[in-house]
Amino acid sequence: MGTELNKHKKLKLSKAKLSDYSWGYLMIAPTILGLIVLNIWPLIQTFYLSFQSSAGFGITQFVGLDNYKKLIGDPEVLSATINTFKYTLVVVPAGVFLSLIIAVLLNTNIRGKSLYRTIYFLPMVAAPAAIAMVWKWLFMSDFGLINLIFKGVGLPAVNWLTSGGTALFAVIVVGIWSSLGFNMIILLAGLQEIPTTFYEAADIDGAGPVSKFFKITLPLVSPTMFFVVITTLIGSLQVFDYIYMMIYKTNAALGSVQSLVYLFYDYSFIQLNKGYGSAIIVWLFIIIMVITAIQLKLQKKWVHYD
Amino acid sequence: MKTNKKFKSYIIHGLLILGSLIMIGPFIWMLLTSFKTFTEATHVPIIIFPKNWTFASYIKAWNLLPFAAFYKNTFLMMLFRVIFSVFTSAAAGYAFARIKFPGRNALFMIILIQMMVPGQIFIIPQFLLVQKLGLLNTVSALVFPGIVSAFGTFLLRQFYMGIPVELEEAAILDGCNRGQIFIKIMLPLTKSGMIALGIFTSLFAWKDLMWPLIVNMSLDKMPLASGLASLQGQYITDFPQLMAGSVMAIWPMLLIFIIFQKQFIAGIATSGSKT
Repeated sequence: MGTELNKHKKLKLSKAKLSDYSWGYLMIAPTILGLIVLNIWPLIQTFYLSFQSSAGFGITQFVGLDNYKKLIGDPEVLSATINTFKYTLVVVPAGVFLSLIIAVLLNTNIRGKSLYRTIYFLPMVAAPAAIAMVWKWLFMSDFGLINLIFKGVGLPAVNWLTSGGTALFAVIVVGIWSSLGFNMIILLAGLQEIPTTFYEAADIDGAGPVSKFFKITLPLVSPTMFFVVITTLIGSLQVFDYIYMMIYKTNAALGSVQSLVYLFYDYSFIQLNKGYGSAIIVWLFIIIMVITAIQLKLQKKWVHYD
Repeated sequence: MKTNKKFKSYIIHGLLILGSLIMIGPFIWMLLTSFKTFTEATHVPIIIFPKNWTFASYIKAWNLLPFAAFYKNTFLMMLFRVIFSVFTSAAAGYAFARIKFPGRNALFMIILIQMMVPGQIFIIPQFLLVQKLGLLNTVSALVFPGIVSAFGTFLLRQFYMGIPVELEEAAILDGCNRGQIFIKIMLPLTKSGMIALGIFTSLFAWKDLMWPLIVNMSLDKMPLASGLASLQGQYITDFPQLMAGSVMAIWPMLLIFIIFQKQFIAGIATSGSKT
């Protein structure tokens, strides 16, 4: 009788487990299937496409590493890579730093916090096309507000969007301006998690605001900082929207601004050379993976986890 | 000591106000320009306020581009992306969090891979797929890449992992199966997570530029993002009209944000801390 009962129990258990597992598979099915069709398979396809050359009209031909050979020697790709790095190297430190300052200011005992938060977040909610349009208008050589202000205080007007060096600067300004709010909210949440008792203890020890910032605030907000730095970094490497909207195709300064994603878009969908476009995006993919790996290794040095 | 504190708060407010002006300045300038005439807008020295606030530019912009279609397409795109991705992510997130089915970790890698990789790497094949399905230039094309969400699954999984296991164990002892547990217990408990995800999804759908740009070529099938972008080439010199068009493109999300700002900000803050 005893063994019969045990066998029955075992059967019952596996039936329940089976039902459990079935539910599991059922519930993940839409997402997993969707991701395979929309992402995993396309990922493989893009790599495969990068080994093809497109003669247009969907006719492709396997050309092995030709696209990559061309990519390595292509001055346009080189300058796009440099532009992308220049953009990233300014936007990430400047943007994260400014967001941190604002978050620290908002983390104090002042009134009107929620009003400020809303105002700083506003640029994030506006569509990139509209943002690009108004900043283009602001940066306009002849009638833009910025130049009018410059002339008003006796400074010479600058051809912001039509000369190489300043065009990239203009895009950088817009990039930082539009992402401040987002990073600030996340950093503020991270700051608010720091227990006030730490600061109170420091006050008792007679620590000034600067010392408190460097000894308490920075270390304890560093995990959040890491998240913000990584997401801003990866986002900046993919810059496209503002360049597309602010620098027109016929603008001579385009060469000093166009990013790798812009080049990818141009080759893949304007010049209809999907093979070369795929190679370019694979190149960016490699850059992002390497940089992310480096960041993950570096985090052990500067991020404090308790 | 008290004056020290007041002084400190003045400085803080001063800096924050300076920053605020830079944040909303462009919007105010956009608004002001949209109500001016062309001569007023390009006048040197600057004219700040229009003499007569005129709606002429708005009428011109409305007649130039099919804004009604833009609004409809944007709304539908956001609505369906949110509905599909929130529910598929909720189900998958729960299963990954709580059901120990074989292969769970390997399958979760798929979620992680999608999150770590730059989005543009999927675009060409996605485009070719939509083309093959004959769905180019439709609202479905706009919704297509957003029907499932790796990020959403990851985020909601975090939420589910925060719910005490005892609740489920009690339900299992009562004889509930996973489906019932999910619908009756889990979903109500993770409402804030789903709202956060909904907000994220709509925001990113709203701002998506490259995908609508490549899949929908006719103006009347474009959402606001790419529809407004088409103004780039034409009428590059009628600034009041461009500004009016921009205002018409951004006011819906701006209004939604201002009304739901608490949820927006809470949603983003929690998503950031969970990830």
